[in-house]
This record gives sequence, C-alpha cells and structure tokens, in this order.
Amino acid sequence: MATRRDFIKISALGIGSATLGAGAFNLLKGANLRAVPATTGAFARYPTYCEVCFWKCAGWSYVDEKGKLLKLEGHPDDPHCNGRLCPRGTGGVGMYYDEDRLTTPLIRVEENGEQSFRKASWDEALGLVADKMREIAGQYGPESIALFNHGSSGHYFTHLLKAFGSGNIVAPSYAQCRGPREAGWIATFGTSVGSPEPTDIRDTRCLVLIGSHIGENMHNNQVQEMSDAIDNGADIITVDPRYSTAASKSRYWLPIKPATDLALLLAWMHVIVYEELYDKDYVERYTYGFDQLKQHLRRMTPEWAYGITTIKPQDIRETARLMASAAPATIVHPGRHVTWYGDDTQRSRAIAILNALLGSWGRRGGFYFPESVKVPEFPSPEYPAPKWSWQDTLDGRYPLANLGVTNTVIEASIPGNDRDARVKGWLVTGTNLPLSIPEKAKLEEAMQALSLLVVTDTMPMEITGYADVVLPECTYLERYDELRTSPHREPYLALRMPAVQPTGDSKPAWWITKKLGEKLGLGDYFPFEEYTEVLDWQLKQVGSSLEEMQKIGVKQFPRKTPLYLKDGEPFAFRTGTGKIELYATSLEKYGFDPLPNYTAHPEPPENYYRLNYGRAPMHTFSRTANNPNLTDIMEENKLWVNPKVAKIWGLKNDQEVWLKNQDGIVTTFPIKVRITERIRWDSVYMVHGFGHSRKELTRSFGKGASDSEMITRPMTDPIMGGTGMRGNFVTFLFEKPEKAVES
Amino acid sequence: MRYAMAIDTKKCVGCSDCVVACQIENNVPTGYCRDWVTETVYGSYPQLELELRSERCNHCDNAPCVRCCPTGASHIVEGGVVLVEASKCIGCGACIESCPYDARFSHPDGYVDKCTFCIHRVRKGLEPACVAACPTKCMYFGDLDDPSSDISKMLKNRKYKVLAPEAGTKPQVYYLI
Amino acid sequence: MNEEIIISGRDIPHIDPHLNIWHWPIPSYLFLGGLAAGILFFASLYTILGKEKELPTAVKWASFVAPFALMLGLFFLFIDLKHQWYFWRLYLTLRIESPMSWGAWVLLAITPLSMIWAAGYLSELIPSWDWKLGILKRFEQWIQGHRKLLAWAMILLSVILGIYTGILLSAFNARPLWNTALLGPLFLVSGLSTGAATILWMSRNEAERKLFTRIDILLISIELFFIVHLFMGFLAGPAVQLESAALFLGGEFTLPFWGLVVLMGLALPALLELLELKGWKIPAALPAMLILLGGLAFRIIMVEAGEMTRYLY
Ligand SMILES: Nc1nc2c(c(=O)[nH]1)N[C@H]1C(S)=C(S)[C@@H](COP(=O)(O)OP(=O)(O)OC[C@H]3O[C@@H](n4cnc5c(=O)[nH]c(N)nc54)[C@H](O)[C@@H]3O)O[C@H]1N2
Ligand SMILES: Nc1nc2c(c(=O)[nH]1)N[C@H]1C(S)=C(S)[C@@H](COP(=O)(O)OP(=O)(O)OC[C@H]3O[C@@H](n4cnc5c(=O)[nH]c(N)nc54)[C@H](O)[C@@H]3O)O[C@H]1N2
Ligand code: SF4
Ligand code: SF4
Ligand code: SF4
Ligand code: SF4
Ligand code: SF4
Ligand SMILES: [Mo]
Repeated sequence: MATRRDFIKISALGIGSATLGAGAFNLLKGANLRAVPATTGAFARYPTYCEVCFWKCAGWSYVDEKGKLLKLEGHPDDPHCNGRLCPRGTGGVGMYYDEDRLTTPLIRVEENGEQSFRKASWDEALGLVADKMREIAGQYGPESIALFNHGSSGHYFTHLLKAFGSGNIVAPSYAQCRGPREAGWIATFGTSVGSPEPTDIRDTRCLVLIGSHIGENMHNNQVQEMSDAIDNGADIITVDPRYSTAASKSRYWLPIKPATDLALLLAWMHVIVYEELYDKDYVERYTYGFDQLKQHLRRMTPEWAYGITTIKPQDIRETARLMASAAPATIVHPGRHVTWYGDDTQRSRAIAILNALLGSWGRRGGFYFPESVKVPEFPSPEYPAPKWSWQDTLDGRYPLANLGVTNTVIEASIPGNDRDARVKGWLVTGTNLPLSIPEKAKLEEAMQALSLLVVTDTMPMEITGYADVVLPECTYLERYDELRTSPHREPYLALRMPAVQPTGDSKPAWWITKKLGEKLGLGDYFPFEEYTEVLDWQLKQVGSSLEEMQKIGVKQFPRKTPLYLKDGEPFAFRTGTGKIELYATSLEKYGFDPLPNYTAHPEPPENYYRLNYGRAPMHTFSRTANNPNLTDIMEENKLWVNPKVAKIWGLKNDQEVWLKNQDGIVTTFPIKVRITERIRWDSVYMVHGFGHSRKELTRSFGKGASDSEMITRPMTDPIMGGTGMRGNFVTFLFEKPEKAVES
Repeated sequence: MRYAMAIDTKKCVGCSDCVVACQIENNVPTGYCRDWVTETVYGSYPQLELELRSERCNHCDNAPCVRCCPTGASHIVEGGVVLVEASKCIGCGACIESCPYDARFSHPDGYVDKCTFCIHRVRKGLEPACVAACPTKCMYFGDLDDPSSDISKMLKNRKYKVLAPEAGTKPQVYYLI
Repeated sequence: MNEEIIISGRDIPHIDPHLNIWHWPIPSYLFLGGLAAGILFFASLYTILGKEKELPTAVKWASFVAPFALMLGLFFLFIDLKHQWYFWRLYLTLRIESPMSWGAWVLLAITPLSMIWAAGYLSELIPSWDWKLGILKRFEQWIQGHRKLLAWAMILLSVILGIYTGILLSAFNARPLWNTALLGPLFLVSGLSTGAATILWMSRNEAERKLFTRIDILLISIELFFIVHLFMGFLAGPAVQLESAALFLGGEFTLPFWGLVVLMGLALPALLELLELKGWKIPAALPAMLILLGGLAFRIIMVEAGEMTRYLY
C-alpha cells in the first residue's frame, strides 16, 4: 500500500521541534507518543513561496538532517498567508513527491508510424529546440514563435523570447480569467485591480460577492480576512445561482438566475442613485459622467430587474441600502475569474461604477492602494523590436485588450482561415492548455499545424502529449526563482530558495532559458552563472541581500505612498478625463456602450442544463489533480444535480454519467452524480480541473470529467477578447456512445 | 487540566487544510485520516442552510473506547486526552466498535490509530497541527479548566453543541453555532 | 431534504462507508463460545444433580465437543486480531470494564477445565484407552474423584462464558442495534439452545432425547419471545433504533434474518421437535443441524447489521 511514510515519518518528529528550534526527536513506528524523548538533531528550514496557485504565499519548507523534505508552513510575517497556508499549499509537498513527475527531457520520435517520446540529454533537447527556433525565425521571423505561460517560469521564458525578438506572449490568466475585470477597471479607474486584489476585507463592514466564491476559491488571505470580517460582524451579500460556501456565511444570499447579474447591478445602482445613497462628495470630486449614469439608470428599477434576475425588488432595495449604509467600508468584490458570458467587461464596469458610487475605491474597508517594492531588472542588453506582436493577431478586434489574448494567438497558428497563419512555433510553460482553453478542437488544430511545440512542465500533463520536445522543470521546492514583489498593504519581498535538490534531471526555468539562450546565441542576455547572482544583485539594490533573505524569507519595506485617499484630496486617475469614468470615454471611442447595459443571454434548450463550474478548496485547476496529498482528500470531481432534475432523469447519488453538450461533444470520462439542493434546477455544477486523459498521470487518469471539454462555444467579449465560458449546456448520457471522442 | 477543542462552524469553509496538515504531521498512511470534514445541507433551494464541520476523536470525558479496551492500550493521559499505545494494542477492534463517531481506524500496521490532540506538539507548547494550519482560524484548542484560555472564553460567549450527546460519551470537541 | 456528506478524509478501509471491522471470525467465535457454554452448562448441571447415568451424552459424550469448540473459537478470535503478535498483551491485565478482557480470561480458564473434564471420561467411554504414564492415570483418578467440585467450577464459568458471548455486543452503546439489554439474554439462551441441540444430535438414549427436545423447545420459545420484544423495543425507540429495526423490516437483512434465523433456525426445528414428541419419526440430526446453523447465522447477521447502525449527528 502506498503510504506517505517515507517522507512524513520524520516530519512528525522534525516539525514540532523545528518550530521550537529544538531539534528532531525519534518517533519509532508504533511507539507511544508519550514515550518519545526529545533528542537533539539537525533540521533546516528554507524560505519559499508557494506555487500551487498564484497567490504566492510565503512559507518555510522543513528538511530533516538527511535532507528529506518534511513539510511546509506559512510564513508568519507574510501578509498573503499570515503563517497559514491553504490546504493546497500545505499539500505542496506532494508536488515534489509525485512519482509521476517529469524527470528528463523528452523528444518526440516516430518509429513505424508510432509516435513516442524518447529520453534525451539537455544538450540534445535544447540543441534541437534552438535549431528549430532558428529555422522558423529564418523563414518567418522570430515573431512567429509565441509563448504561452503561467506562473513563475513565465518570467524567464518571457525574457528569452523578447531577447529572441518576439513579443507574442500570452497567458490564460487574461482571456480565460481576469482580463475583463482589468479592462473594466482600467476603463473606470484608469488602473487594473491586479493580484492580489487590494480588497480591504479585514476592515470591511459589508462584503458583496458576485459569483466570487471565496472559501472555495482559496486565495489565502482573502479567505482569512473574510473569516475576520465574520468575526467583526461584517455583513456579507453573496450573489450566486449556486449555494456557495460563501453564500452560506452571508446575511443575504441572492440566488440569481444565471447570466443576469448586470440587471441586478444596474438595479442596485438605480436604488443607490435615486434614493441618493451614494457618496455625494466622492462622486462629485472624483467621478465623470454621473448625470449620464443617472439618466441611463432611470428605468432600471428593482422591479425591472426582478423580471430578469428573479431577485425580489425588496431584497434588491434592502441589499443596496445595506451596502450604502456601510460605505465606504463596502467592497463590491471585482471577482477574479470573470470570463462568464461575453459581456464581462461591461459587468466588471458595472461593479466598478457601483464601487465608485459607494466611494469605496481608495478607502478603508473598501479598496486600499497597494504598494510593492520596485526591484530593478538585472542589467542585460536591450530587446530587439519585434516587427509585429500579439496585438496584430487581434486583427482589429478587442481594442481594449491590455494583455495578450491566448485565443487570437491560437487562431493565428491555424493555417487557412481568412487570416494568414503567422505563428509557427509555441513555447509553452506552466500552463496546461487543453484543460484551460475552451474550444479544444481549435486548440488541437492549431497545435497540429505548428512546426515546433516545446512544453516546459513539472508533470506529464495533457499539454506535454502534444509536444515535440518536453523540458522537465523542477518544482518550486527545488529552485531559486525571481523575488516575489506582489503589491500589498505594505510592500514586501519574499524569497524562494530550494529546500531540496532537483529530482532526476529536472532543472529550474532560469537554467533552461539561459542554456537555450546560449544555444541561440543570446548569451549576452544571461550574464550570470547562477541565479543567486541575480537575486543578490537585485536585493542589494533595495538594501537587502541574498544572505539576509535566506535567513528571514520575507522582508517588509516602508510604504512610500498613502494607503487610502485622504479626505478631499485631489487625485488624478489615469483615465482620459483624469476622473473615475462612470461614463467610459474609452469605450465610447471604440463604439462600445459607455454605460453598461443588460443583454439577455441564451438559455438552456429543453433537457439541457447550463454548465456551471468553479473551484474546490483543496485543488488548483488541473495542476493538483495528481498530487498524492490532495487526491487523498478529493480524488475526483462530481456533478452537482438538483434533486428535481435527478428525479426526472432517475439519477442516483454516485451514479456515473457522461455529459453531452449542445454541440454533441461527449465527455471522455464519466462523472459521478451528487444530488444536492445547492444547485439550481436549470444548471449543473462541477469543479474544474479533473478528467485527466494521460495515463502517465497515474492517480488522476480518468478521475472525474473535464468541464473544459464541454466548453466548445465560448462567448467572446468584444471589448477585450475574453472567452466567456458559462454559456454551454449539457445533458446526461447513461452510456458512452459508440463513436467515442478522441481522448 | 481538561484539553478541548472548539470549532466555529460560522467560519469553517470546509477547506480540509486541517485534514491535510494532520496527515502530514502525523504520518497518517495514504487513504486514512484522523480528522475529516462533513457537510450538512438543510432545506431546499433557495431556502438553505449549510453546516461544515471538521471532525475527529472527541477525547470523550466518558470514553467507551477506553473502557472496552482489553489490554489498556487505549488510555487517558493529562488533560483527558485519549491515546492508543500501539505496542499494547492487539487490534481486537473493540474500541472501534465502541466509538459512536467512528473516530478510530485500524492502521495498516495492525494497531488502532486516531487523533491524539497532537499531544506531542501540545506538550511543547504548540497548537495541534490542524489548529495551526486552519486558514480561517476557526479552531480553538486549550484548557477548559483555565478560564482565561481562548477556548473557555469561546464557550462562555457563544452557543455551542457537541456531537451525539445522547451517546453519553461527553465529547470534548465543541462546535460553535 | 437534508444532505449529509463527508467532503474530505474518510473512505477508510473497514470504516467507510460503514463499519466492517469484525468479519465472520468474531460471530463464529461467539457461536462456538455459546455452544461450548451450553454443553458445559448441561454437563455440569446434571453432574451436580447426580444424573450422570441417565444422561450419558449430556454429561460425558457431548463434553468432548466443548474443548474443540473453544479452541477453534479462540483461534477465530486470534485470526480476527489485526495486531496479532501482541496477543499476549491480553493476559498481562484484567480489565473488568472490558468484556473482551474478562472473556479472554474466562476462555483461558474454561478451555483447560473442559479438557480435563473430557479427559476424565476417556477411559470409561473408550475401553481400549490407555494413559500409558502412571502420573496421568493418577490424575485421571483424581478427576474422577472430584467431578462434583469440577462441575461447580464449570457451571460457574460456563454461565459467565454464555453471558459474555451475549453481552460482548450489547456492551457497545455506539451501535444502536446492539444497544439493548435483551441482546445478552438472547445470546445466552441461543447458546444454551445450540448446546442442547448438539446433545440431542449425539444422544442415542430415548429418555435423554425426550428431555433435551423439551428443553430445546422451551429455549426456542424463550428466544422467539425475546426476538419479538427486541423489535418492539426498537420500534418504540429513538430514530437510530428505528433505523436499525428497518434493516430487518424491509431492509437488506429482512430475508436472511426472518427466513434463515427465525423460520429455518428456530420455528422449523421447534415444529419438528414437537412432532417428534408426538411420535413422528424425525431424524434427530435435522432439527439439531437447523438450530446450529440458525445460531451461527443469527450471530453473523447481528454483527454485520449492528456494524451498519450508528448514531446520527
Ligand atoms: N473550463 C475551465 N477553464 C478554465 C478555468 C475554469 O475554471 N474552467 N479557469 C481559468 C482560469 S481562472 C485560469 S487562471 C486558467 C489557469 O490555467 P493554467 O495555468 O493552465 O492551469 P493549470 O491547469 O494549473 O496548469 C498549470 C500547468 O503548470 C504546470 N506546472 C505546475 N507547476 C509548475 C512549475 O513550477 N513549472 C512549470 N514549468 N510548470 C508547472 C502544471 O503541471 C500544469 O500543467 O485556466 C482557465 N481555464
Ligand atoms: N482552491 C482554489 N482556489 C483558487 C483557484 C483554484 O484553482 N483552486 N484558482 C484561483 C484563480 S486563478 C481564480 S481566477 C479564482 C476564481 O475564483 P472566483 O473568481 O471566485 O471564481 P468565479 O468563477 O468567479 O466563481 C465561481 C462561482 O460563480 C458562480 N456563478 C456561476 N454562474 C454565475 C452567474 O451567472 N452569476 C453569478 N453571480 N455567479 C455565478 C458559481 O456558482 C461559483 O460559485 O480562484 C482562485 N482560487
Ligand atoms: S493560496 Fe494556497 S495554493 Fe495559493 S499560494 Fe497560497 S498557500 Fe499556495
Ligand atoms: S482547516 Fe479550518 S476552515 Fe478548513 S475545513 Fe478545517 S476547520 Fe474548516
Ligand atoms: S470519540 Fe470515540 S475514540 Fe474518541 S474518546 Fe470518544 S469514544 Fe473514544
Ligand atoms: S483494538 Fe487495541 S486499543 Fe482497541 S480495544 Fe483492542 S487492544 Fe484496545
Ligand atoms: S489534533 Fe492532531 S491528531 Fe488530532 S486531528 Fe488535529 S492534527 Fe490530527
Ligand atoms: Mo484565474
């Protein structure tokens, strides 16, 4: 039987003593804990920051005297985690111990028509990649190589690709995640929300969650602060068609009809504007376009919204008044994964406007102004100017996209179309595209057409199955990485350093890109032998040093700017008008609604249900589905079905069903049913990230189903290109149809 | 001294960090656990209530598992903490049968295992691993005999319940409601 | 609708989805213990009453079954232990509150006693038997001279053993099905009845068979009475006991229990025995075997079903 014994055995020993700084003691198998004497022994702890999601909590990794990794604990001084990691962070040891990890470079070979991977040396693998990259660049220009990235490794690959001469750099964290929110916020406040969100939940009196399911979405200090807010008696209002965990902690749960949030937001504004509950001084001083807004909202009464959202007018009024009474210590949370229905920038705009009316932006208990430590880049030559970039793949669409849109770069890789195939090679790192990008068929078409696909990953995830060359990165626990400079209430730096040596032949991304760069003749861009030189140089520029950071892990710096707006202080917003644009001039310029409007979205056809999805607190997307510690807690996702629906279909708990969507696509694997009142009768719900189809993932292969597979019809946001993913409808199949879809 | 735990169901989000942290701290074999999280949904859409509870051995004041143990392997130490001494345990399963909470299990090595209230940490002045990890800080551990302890204060100021009080075991894990 | 689920942790082998820690060896052990207790009870009872001559099977022949039943039972107990090689820990302490503990001690005392008892009859029942060693012969003579004394010890221990096999389960409050004062007496009576059936089966003596047929019918009647009361108690009890009863009243144990235990294992043999008393020719093995199988099935079902019942919270 598999046990965690090997690496945990000593943790039971090390940890207590480690924290006490007293040393390890021996715990014999089966011995009475009482009888265990504390003896001294050597243990060590190393600073790190977590890479199990993108919140980047700083922590300590504990290692025993034999150099074995024991466990991870949060760093008490770090505001991202306050000494407590989330379950995924605690289970991060499993990222290192996963025996399915990639440990050697792989090159795709073909023998007798059979394709497979063969192990290769780094020298050979990188040599092949460099040759191919040069070949493509020679024919089509360096711009025709694109980078898909997410997470720490993206930093180095971005540097490499820019040095190579391409600016075609995209990440799923934009068009599949928070893009619409950033576009909406920029159009309103002139600045994006950023990560971590500068929501002052700790001190709020009213927290409004629109979909945002904090508590399942485990972004650490937000969860912690929501708990503090509950202790402080703050009111939580949750708008969610599903009874989320957050909804269960709320004073008001508004079980909205899916896809109708804009109507509710407009009705809230209506109440706040027409009952004159808004922050008059704030609105007058800082905003632009109030009169147009007021005029615009005239008919958008709670009664109007009731017909659309099914939320009772009285509840709309009460919650609006509650928000206003707590303002400015009210947060209407901007959410994070907001690519829902294609009008997401407009919904985010509505949320931004609502916050502006409440005067919560820049106010205590609302949104603070985050600050980060500005660490200079390590000196290296100027990047060559690319002739074209991802902006050109937009082909005139999505004018307000402020970061690369994955899908347009994917499209630009498909020959035919009416567009010219301009992208010929992809570098992919830290993103599992087949499970993260909707419209898998299109993605596959693009990948098939590529001349080169290089994937850097830690695990044999789906994406590696499409690669020509697979480069194994070591996990975050085995490497140095760039400093964490994320903004917060106070500026902080956090160091990640290795606690253990890389497993097998895996290497850190900084090393991979440096070696690849050298092979490409770009050695000048990597003027260091070890990444520690870069870190030490950078740290010295800001008055610290690598040596200091290795000891303390996290360092706080003094703020240079105020945390909140001062009363009546003049403030220049980085918008066209220098004000908070309730009326968005930037949108007007491009012919979009300058004030948000509600538009109706398609409803599920008969016998179909809207596919809703979200997070489970113990997993991160697809990346943890094989983690031994976390699969032990939750090994598959289930399909939430309302009891009424279950009755119609005769479904039983734990019965396996396949899903078929509106386009006739069927899930590769079945999913077990969970009958629960927590979901509406017009929707089904599942946790994203399961249904892995690579056998190399021994624990997660075939466990649960993939929501991504069902999302074949994204609703694209015309403003910034976000792929709305909640407009797909599924029905149940009790048997897998014969002509199975390719796995 | 009477050690006890109080868990605030108003704050628990069911994230299961308490379970992951316990398994790692206590070297619980894969597929086993000393604590677990339950979810109870009351009502029907949209009139719903949800209770999330992190559960474990209740370190009962009136512990049937200790009484029924034929060898004395199940025993009580300071603070009323109920422990199993592996080298005395014959694996007869009587204690497992006797626990109304199914808090015990048969370790693959044969002896019976369960939550120890992390007494090895508590003796060093640390909190139990689950309590120390919990992101919502909804778990409180301490001495009920000490009126100034967090847990005493919580139980004084809040409504609470225990699980299956009718079983007569006098559980010492309290749920703040 | 209330929905109760465990969202993480659990799914522990033998604990989830429901407890399944004791498998067939424990009920078999209880069955064999009850059987031995029954046999030894009757052997010592009729010795004390001075009926050795009239009831040779009860006192002499059947008592040879007991040591084997006890040893086999102990072996079953042993194989169900998960930490077997710490078995000896049982005998370093006596814990009065733990039936498991004093049961183990009673077994330790009664098993050799039952062997001694049977040994004392070896040369009487098998004329060709020769102890060979003089010391053994002298021991035999000592046994034969102290049968009454031994019988008093044995009747005491067999009653304790019988009660033990009954209350082992009912001592577990945590399992609502077992949590009833009737279970102990029921198991005790059932044990006596299996003992009586064994004697009946082995007996070639007309008067003895009549007596044990009567005893058996009485015991079965008491059992049936207890069973009815058991369920009446459950049905008047709290939700958890209603749920336990439901396992037998429409639930998955309905057929095995009412069919196998009550009909085949109690009612039918009782009927056959009544007919036999009325002068019908019925092979003694038939009702006896039914009773024995019924007794075993009863214990297996009670253990299995009991493990499935639990407190709700
Ligand atoms: N259907 C559907 N699609 C979605 C979402 C959804 O909820 N449903 N969510 C969207 C959102 S919000 C986001 S942010 C994106 C996230 O999209 P991704 O970032 O693609 O998410 P993951 O599935 O976690 O993929 C991460 C990949 O990085 C690898 N990895 C982990 N650690 C390392 C490392 O240290 N180095 C390297 N090189 N690789 C590493 C993992 O093995 C995995 O292959 O997905 C989006 N797509
Ligand atoms: N444990 C864990 N935590 C994570 C992550 C993870 O993978 N695992 N990923 C992180 C990342 S990158 C992101 S982007 C965030 C995402 O986390 P969030 O931003 O909180 O995600 P959303 O998709 O906005 O929220 C999902 C919720 O929206 C509800 N919903 C569905 N349709 C509608 C609708 O029409 N209206 C309304 N009002 N609600 C609706 C769903 O029922 C569900 O409760 O989570 C982060 N935190
Ligand atoms: S929120 Fe959790 S997974 Fe994300 S960085 Fe922090 S500890 Fe790691
Ligand atoms: S760690 Fe805390 S919040 Fe999470 S499930 Fe356990 S008790 Fe609840
Ligand atoms: S919860 Fe169970 S194992 Fe723990 S003390 Fe109570 S009866 Fe014993
Ligand atoms: S299994 Fe072990 S701890 Fe439990 S009752 Fe038997 S000997 Fe005691
Ligand atoms: S107190 Fe310790 S042993 Fe008990 S559940 Fe918590 S971490 Fe596990
Ligand atoms: Mo995201």
